[in-house]
Amino acid sequence: MFGTGLIVFREALEAALFIGIIAASTRGVINRTPWLCFGVVVGILGSILMASVMGQISAWADGIGQDIVTACILSIALCMLAWHCIWVSPNSHQMVQDAKQIGSATSNGTQTLWALAIAVALSVLREGAETVLFVSGLVLGSTESLGTLTLSVAFGLAMGVLAGWLIYKGLGQIKPQRLFAVTNILILMLAGSLASQLAKTANQADWIPHLGDQAWDISALLPNDSAIGMVLHGVLGFDASPTQLQVLFYLATIMLIWIVASQMKLMISRSRMALV
Amino acid sequence: MRTHSSKSMAIALCISFASYLFISPAQAADYEVTMVIKNHLFEPSVLNVPANKRIKLTVQNLDNTPEEFESHSMKREKVIPGGAKAVIFLGPLKPGRYEFMGEFNPTTAKGVVVAEGA
Repeated sequence: MFGTGLIVFREALEAALFIGIIAASTRGVINRTPWLCFGVVVGILGSILMASVMGQISAWADGIGQDIVTACILSIALCMLAWHCIWVSPNSHQMVQDAKQIGSATSNGTQTLWALAIAVALSVLREGAETVLFVSGLVLGSTESLGTLTLSVAFGLAMGVLAGWLIYKGLGQIKPQRLFAVTNILILMLAGSLASQLAKTANQADWIPHLGDQAWDISALLPNDSAIGMVLHGVLGFDASPTQLQVLFYLATIMLIWIVASQMKLMISRSRMALV
Repeated sequence: MRTHSSKSMAIALCISFASYLFISPAQAADYEVTMVIKNHLFEPSVLNVPANKRIKLTVQNLDNTPEEFESHSMKREKVIPGGAKAVIFLGPLKPGRYEFMGEFNPTTAKGVVVAEGA
C-alpha cells in the first residue's frame, strides 16, 4: 500500500511543484485562479484520454510514438514559459508597483495567463497520463482491495498537492517587491528543465544519436530519487548525473530566453521614452 | 553596441543548437536486442550488449498491466502499456553495468544492461 502511494506521489509531485510556482508568480493578477484551474481540469481530462489510447500511441512510428508525444508536450510547454518570461519581464516593474498596494489586483500579467494555463495543462497531462495508466493497471492486476487502493492513491495525490501548496505558501513569504524577480528566475529554470528533458527524449527516440558524456555525477551524494533530489528536480530541474547535451540545452534555453527578454525590455523602455 | 553583441550571441547560440540537432544524422542502430515483460519481471533480466554502439531495445509487455522502463544511469524513462510494444534506443555506452527497473513494480522488476568490448 505504501509503495502505491509513493509512486502516485512521485508522479504528482512534479506537476504540483510546477503549479505552485506558476500560481505564486501570478499572485494578484486578475482572473489568474480561473485560468490556472481551467489548465488543471483540462490536464486531468487529457490524462484520462491519453492513458486510454496509450497502447496505440506506443505502437506509432515503429515504437517511438510516445517519445513524439512527449517531445510535443515538452516543446509547447517550453514555448509557453518562454513567451511568459519575454512578455512579463518588461512589465514586472509595474506589477511590483501594483503588488505593493496591499489587496490591489493588477491587470499586468493577464496577457500571458493563457500561456501559463496551457503550460499547467501540459504539465498535468505529462505526469497525469502515467498516473492514470499506473492506477488502471493496479485495478486490473492488484491483489489489494479496491478500498485500500483508493486510499493509497488518494494519499499519494494529497501529499503531492501538499508539496505544491507548501512551495506556493513559501514563495508567498517573499516581499512583494522581490516576489516577481524570484518567480521569474524560477520559471526561467523550469524552462531550462523542460529543455533538458527534451534532449533526453530526443536521444531516447534516436533523433539525437549522442547525448555526450556525463557532465558530472553526484548521485552518491544526492540521488535523483531521494526526497530532496525529487523536490530540486521539480523546482530547478536538478539531475544528479546529467549528460553534456542536457546541460547545454538547459543553459542555452535560459540564456536565449533571458537575452530576448532583455531586448524586449530595452525596446519597450525606449518606446516609452520616445512617447514622453 | 551592447544590443548588437547580445543579438549576435543569440544568433550564434541558435546556430550551434540547430547544428547539434540537424547536422548529426540519425543513424540506424548498430545492435538490436529484445526483451519481454512477463508477470512484472523483465526477461531476460541481463542484457549483454556491445560497448560504444547504438542499441535498439525492443520491449514487449506481455502482461495486461502497464510498466515504466526507467534507468537513471542510462537516462531512460518510458511507459509500456499492457500488451504493447515500445522501442528504446540506448547508448553508445561505455563498458560497464547499467541498472534499470520497472518503476511500477520496483521491488520485483529489475534488470541490468552489461556493455562489453571495444
